[in-house]
Amino acid sequence: MDSVLRIIIQRLGLGALTLLVVSIVIFIAVNLLPGDFAQAILGQGATPEAIESIRRDLGLDQPYLSRYFNWLAGTLQGDLGTSFAQANFASFTGSQELTTVAAQIAPRFENTMFLAGVTAAIAVPVSLTLGILAALYRNSVFDRATNIFTLSSISSPEFFLAYILILFLAVLNPLLPSLSNIFEGMSLSERFIKTLLPALTLTLVVTAHMMRMTRAAIINLLASPYIEMARLKGLSPMRVIVVHALPNALAPIINVIALNLAYLITGVVVVEVVFVYPGIGQLFVDSVKIRDIPVVQACCLIFAGAYILLNLLADILSILSNPRLRHPK
Amino acid sequence: MTFDNAFGDLIAFFGGAGTFLLALGVIVFAGFLLRSVGQMLDHKGETFNEMPLIIASILAILLLAAVSLFWSAFFGGRATLRTIILVVAGIALAGWLFRYLGQMFTNNAPMFRDMPYGVAFGYALAAAAVIGGVWLYFQENALFFRWAVQGFILFGIGAFLFRLLGRHVGTTGSKKLFRAMPLTASFGIYIILIYAVLAVFAGVIAPHGQEEIFTKVNVLPGGDPALGGDPDFPLGTDQIGRDLLSRLIYGAQNTVGIAFATTCLAFFLGGSLGFLAATLGGWLDQFLSRAVDVLMAIPALIFALLLMTIASAWAGSQSWLLTIYMIVIIAVIDSTRVFRLARAVGVNIVVMDYIEAAKLRGEGLSYLIFREILPNATAPLLAEFGLRFCFVFLTIASLSFLGVGIQPPLADWGTMVRDLAQFINFAAFSPLTAALPLLAAGAIALLTVAVNFVVDWMLHKSSGLKE
Amino acid sequence: MNIPNAPLVEIKDLWIEGRADETWMPIINGASTSLNKGEVLGLIGESGAGKSTLGLAAMGFTRDGVRISKGEVTFDGIDLINASADTKRHLLGKRIAYVAQSAAASFNPAHRLIDQHVEGPVQHGVSTRVDSVKDGIELYRRLRLPNPDEIGFRYPHQVSGGQLQRAMTAMAMSCRPDLIIFDEPTTALDVTTQIEVLASIRDIVEQFDTAAIYITHDLAVVAQMADKIKVLLKGDEVEEADTRTMLSSPKEEYTKSLWAVRSFQRPAKPSVPAGSVPVIRVKNVTAAYGKIPVLHDISFDIHAGRTVAVVGESGSGKSTAARCITGLLPPIDGAVEFDGEPLPRDYRQRDKMQLRQAQMIYQMADTALNPRKSIGEIIGRPVEFYMGLKGAQRRERVRELLNEIELEPDQFIDRLPSELSGGQKQRVGIARALAAEPKFIICDEVTSALDQLVAEGILKLLARLQDTLGLSYMFITHDLATVRAISDEVVVMKDGKVVEQGEKAEMFRPPHHPYTDLLLSSVPEMDPDWLTNLLAERGVENIGDAAVGKM
Repeated sequence: MDSVLRIIIQRLGLGALTLLVVSIVIFIAVNLLPGDFAQAILGQGATPEAIESIRRDLGLDQPYLSRYFNWLAGTLQGDLGTSFAQANFASFTGSQELTTVAAQIAPRFENTMFLAGVTAAIAVPVSLTLGILAALYRNSVFDRATNIFTLSSISSPEFFLAYILILFLAVLNPLLPSLSNIFEGMSLSERFIKTLLPALTLTLVVTAHMMRMTRAAIINLLASPYIEMARLKGLSPMRVIVVHALPNALAPIINVIALNLAYLITGVVVVEVVFVYPGIGQLFVDSVKIRDIPVVQACCLIFAGAYILLNLLADILSILSNPRLRHPK
Repeated sequence: MTFDNAFGDLIAFFGGAGTFLLALGVIVFAGFLLRSVGQMLDHKGETFNEMPLIIASILAILLLAAVSLFWSAFFGGRATLRTIILVVAGIALAGWLFRYLGQMFTNNAPMFRDMPYGVAFGYALAAAAVIGGVWLYFQENALFFRWAVQGFILFGIGAFLFRLLGRHVGTTGSKKLFRAMPLTASFGIYIILIYAVLAVFAGVIAPHGQEEIFTKVNVLPGGDPALGGDPDFPLGTDQIGRDLLSRLIYGAQNTVGIAFATTCLAFFLGGSLGFLAATLGGWLDQFLSRAVDVLMAIPALIFALLLMTIASAWAGSQSWLLTIYMIVIIAVIDSTRVFRLARAVGVNIVVMDYIEAAKLRGEGLSYLIFREILPNATAPLLAEFGLRFCFVFLTIASLSFLGVGIQPPLADWGTMVRDLAQFINFAAFSPLTAALPLLAAGAIALLTVAVNFVVDWMLHKSSGLKE
Repeated sequence: MNIPNAPLVEIKDLWIEGRADETWMPIINGASTSLNKGEVLGLIGESGAGKSTLGLAAMGFTRDGVRISKGEVTFDGIDLINASADTKRHLLGKRIAYVAQSAAASFNPAHRLIDQHVEGPVQHGVSTRVDSVKDGIELYRRLRLPNPDEIGFRYPHQVSGGQLQRAMTAMAMSCRPDLIIFDEPTTALDVTTQIEVLASIRDIVEQFDTAAIYITHDLAVVAQMADKIKVLLKGDEVEEADTRTMLSSPKEEYTKSLWAVRSFQRPAKPSVPAGSVPVIRVKNVTAAYGKIPVLHDISFDIHAGRTVAVVGESGSGKSTAARCITGLLPPIDGAVEFDGEPLPRDYRQRDKMQLRQAQMIYQMADTALNPRKSIGEIIGRPVEFYMGLKGAQRRERVRELLNEIELEPDQFIDRLPSELSGGQKQRVGIARALAAEPKFIICDEVTSALDQLVAEGILKLLARLQDTLGLSYMFITHDLATVRAISDEVVVMKDGKVVEQGEKAEMFRPPHHPYTDLLLSSVPEMDPDWLTNLLAERGVENIGDAAVGKM
C-alpha cells in the first residue's frame, strides 16, 4: 500500500503545482493587456483623477510580482476581487455597496453544477450500456449504426444539436421550455424541467464521446488472451464479462467518465449561451465581451481548476484499480 | 442560530439518516431473498451461486422499480406510462416470437439456435423503430423530419454514385481504394470535395457579393413573391439587406479557409517541436512536454476565450487584425495537441532499429527527421490533421457564435447562426425561415461529419493492416 | 454414444479459413487426424503453418475472423462442428482444457491464481470451492511449484513466467479433462526454465493419463513430449507418424530438411597466434542504465576472421555489451579498443571511419529496415554515405551487394521491405552492414525470429561472407545449437558478468562452470529419451530455476 500512497501523494502534488502554474499563465495572459485596466474600465473620456483612484483601488500601482501574490492570496481566501462592471456601476451611482466576483459567481456555479450533474446522471449510464453493447456486438448493424450516429453527434457543433432539439422538442412539439430561466426558490421539479433541454444537448455530445471510448476500451480488453482463456474454460458469456472483463475495464471506464466530465466544462459555455442558462459559462462569455478582467480571470481559474481536478481524480482512481499497484510484489 | 433550531436540524439529520439506513437494510434483505430464491430455483446455479450481495441488491432495486412502475401504470391510471409499457412488452414478445419462428423455420440453424434473447429483442426493437420512422414520414406535420430523411437519402445516393464513379474512373490504385471503401468514407470524400469547390470558387458561384447591401431587407426565403420572398434572393436577405445565399457560400471560403490556415499553422508549430523533442530527448523534451502539460490543463475553448478578450483589446477597432490574432491564438492552443501526438509518434519511431542504424552510421539530425522519421509518420499525422481541422473548425465556429470569432463584414457560419437563431421560433408557420439558422449550423456539422468519417476510415484501415 | 476403442478426438478433412482484406483466405487445407485416450500428439510446423488454429479447432473453437468451412471434428462421439454453443461450452474447461502460450497474459491480472483455478470446477459443477482449492494446492505440489500452499493466493504479476506456466497447467487439470491442448507453452521461456516446465507437464499428463495435443515449432521439444508427430506446412498436412519412426526415417522431403538443419557445422579454425592484435578488445567494461548497473567488469577479445558467440539468457547483459561496443551506451568504466586503438566511448564522438568499421545486424528485420524506403535506397545510403558513390556507380555497387546476399537485383532493388519474407529482410540487413565495408559486425540474435530452414540459410551466408571477406563477428544468441554451428569462441554471460570463455571445442567439453553446464544440458536434443535420461542423471531438483537458485 505504501507505494500506492506515495504515487497518489505525488500526483496530488503535481496537480497542485499544475494549478499554480496555470494561475501564473492566466495572470500573465491578462497582464498582456495594452494600456492598463483603469483606462479599460472607465473608457477614453475618464478624468485622470478617476483613473488614478481606480488604479490605487485595484493595486495597479504595485509591481507585477506583488500583484500576483496579492491576487493569489486573495483567491485562496475566496476573495476574487470586484468586477469592473460592478465597479463602474458603483462609481456611476456613487454607491459603496459592491457585489464581489465571488458573490456573483457562487449562485451561477451552483447552477452549472446542477446542469452538469443532470447531464452526467443521464449520460453516464446510457453511454456505458451502449458502449458495452457496441463492443459485444462489434461489426454488427447495431455497431455500425451507433458508430455513424456518435460520429455525427461528436462532429456537430453544440449549438447545432441545441437548435435541433429546440426545434423538435420546444417549437414544433412544445414539450419543454427553450429558455432556462432559473431563479432562486423555484421547486426542484420545475428546475429540472427547465434544465432538461440544455442537459439533453450536452448528453448527446458527451454520450457519443463516452460511448466510443468505452467501446474502444472494452474491445481492447476483449482481445486480451485472458478473456480468450476465460471463454476456453467454458464460462458463461455473462460471467466472462462480469468477472473477467469488468474488473480490468474499471480503469479505462473511470478515465472515460472523468475525461468527459472535464469535457462538459467546455461544452457548457456554448450550451448555456444558447439556452440563456444562468450558469458560470454564460457569465464568462458576457464578461469576455465587455472585457471584465477580474471575472474572466476568476472564471478561467475555476474552469481550469475543475478540469485539472477531474483529470487528477481519473488518474488516482485508475491507480487504485490497478491490481499490480494494489498488490506489489 | 438558536439552540432549538440546531436541535431540530440534528433530529432531522438523524431522522433522515435513519430512514436511509432502514431503506438500505430493506433493499439488502430483498437482495438476499432474491438470491436465495434464485439459488433454490436454479440449483445447478451458474448465475446465482456466487452472486455478490451487492449485485443481488441492485437487482432487487431494479425489480422493485419495475413493480412500482407497473403498479402506477395499471392501477394508478398513468395512461402514457401504460402505453409505453405495453409497447415495450409488445416488442419483447415480438423478439421472442422472431427467435422461436426462426428456430422452427430454419430447422434450428446456428444463427437462431445460439441467439441470445437480447439480440432477438434488439432485432424487434430495430424493426419497431423502422416502422415508427416510416409512419412518422407520412404524417402531415412532420415536415422537418421529412426533409431530414430526404436529405439523408439524397446524400446517400450521391455518395453511392460517387463511389461507383471512383471504382471505374482513375488509376488502378485509386480504383482499388474505392472498391474497399465503406459508404461513409466515400460520403465524406464527396462532401469534402463539394466544400472545396465551393470555397475556391465562391466568387464565381455566389450570385452576389458577401458585403453587398441591397435595399430589400428581411426578405423571406423561398423566392416566392406571394409569400414575401424574391426570386433574386432564394434564401432571402438579412436585416441590413445582404443576400443570405451568397453569404452562406462565402462562408465556406471564410470559415473553412481560416480553419484550414489555422490547422496548418498549428501543425507546423506542434509538429516540428514534437519531432524535435522526440529525436533530441533530454532537457528540451522535458521542458517542452511540461510546458504543453500546463497549457493543456486549461480547457481549449476557455483559454481561447480568455486570450481573445486580450486580443480584442489589442486589435481595437481593426476587425481584420482580430481575425489574425484569432488564427494565431487557436493555432498555438491547438499546437499543444499536435505536439503530443507528433512526439508520441516520433518516440515510437525513434526506438526502431533502423533509426539506431542511421544514428550509428553518423547521420545528422535533419536526415533523421526528414528522411527516416517523417515518412513513417505521415499516416497518423494525416489522420490527426483531419481531427485537428474539425476541432479548430468547431472552435472557430463556437467563438464566432459567441460573438468573438471571425468579425463582420466577413460572412461566416457561426455568426450567421447567432444572427438568425431567433427565427427558429417561427417553425410552425414559416418552416423555411426557421430552417435558415439550421442550414448554417448544418453546413458546419456536415463538413466536420464528413472529415470525421474519412478519418475514421483511415484509422480503421491503418489499424486493420497490423492485425 | 460411447463406443469402446473409438478414438477420443477425430478430425476428418478439416478446412479452415481466415478473414483478411475482406476475403476468406485458407488457413488449414484438409487436415485429418485422430487421438486416443491418453495419447499425446505433437503438432509441428513453422510460423503461419496453422498449428494453433488446428489445435483450437480440436476444441470446437475458432477465433474471431476465422471459420471452419468444411470437415468434421468429433470429441468422444460429439459432433463439435454442429453442436450448439451451450453444448460446446459445457465441454470446454471440463473435458477439454487449454494451456496458452503466454501464461503471463492469459491469467487475469485482477484475480488471484487460486480463484481462477477453482472457477472451472465450481462453474461446471465438478466440485465445491473448498475441495477445489485443496486439489489446486495438491496439483501445485505435484507440478513442483515452490510454496504450493501459498503460491495460489498470489496475483499473476507476483509470480514468475515459468511458475505461471505450471500454474496454468494445474488450472487446465482442475476438472481432470480428457484432453488438453498445449499451445507452445514453453516458447516464451528461457532454456533453463523451459526444461523444468517440460518435465512437470510430461509428468502430470502421464499421471492422469490425459490425452494432449502439444503444439510447438521446436522439434527437440516435441520429441520429448509426443507419442506421435504431425507435421504441417502452410496449412497442408505433410506427414504423420509415431515419434520414433518420424525421427529416424521421415518420408517427405520437407520433414527431412527440417531434421537436417541441426547438422550444419563449420570446420574448426586454427587458434589465434599469440601476440596478434584483436580487431575488437573489450577491456574491463562496466556499464549501467541510469543508476541500475548492468555490466560488471567484462572483458573479451574478437580476432580477425573469427566468430565470438556471446551466450546467456534474457537479462544477462549480452545485448548491453553490444551497445557498449557501438557506443550507444557509453560505459562508466573500461575501454573498447579497435585494432589496438581505443574508441571514444560515445558514438557521437566517433568519426565516420570508426563508425564504418563496426556494423550491426538486428534481431527483428521488421524494425531494422525503414518500411518506407526501397531496398535499393536502404543499401544505397551507406554506400553513398561512406564510399561517396553516386548515381550509376552507387546502383552498380548495390546490385553487387544484392548478388552477394543471393537476392536477384532486378527483382528486389525497387521493392519495399513489406514485400519481402522474413529471411529476405534479414539478408537485406546483412547487405546494409556489408555496404559499409566493415571489419567487424555485431549479429544480435539474427536468427532467433526466423524459422529453422531460413535461419540455416542465413547462417551459411554469414559463414561464407566471413571466409571471403575476412570479417569478424560478435554473435549474440541464446540458442546453443546456433553457437555450435557457427562460433569459434564462446563467451558465457550471466547477470552482467562473464562466467566463462574459451574456444568452442573446449566449451562443449566438460568440466565447466556449473552455470555453463546447466545451460548446455538444458538444451533439448532430438533424442526422444533425452529428457528421461537427463532427469535420471541429474534428478528433478537439479534442473531449471531450482538449480540456478542453488548456485
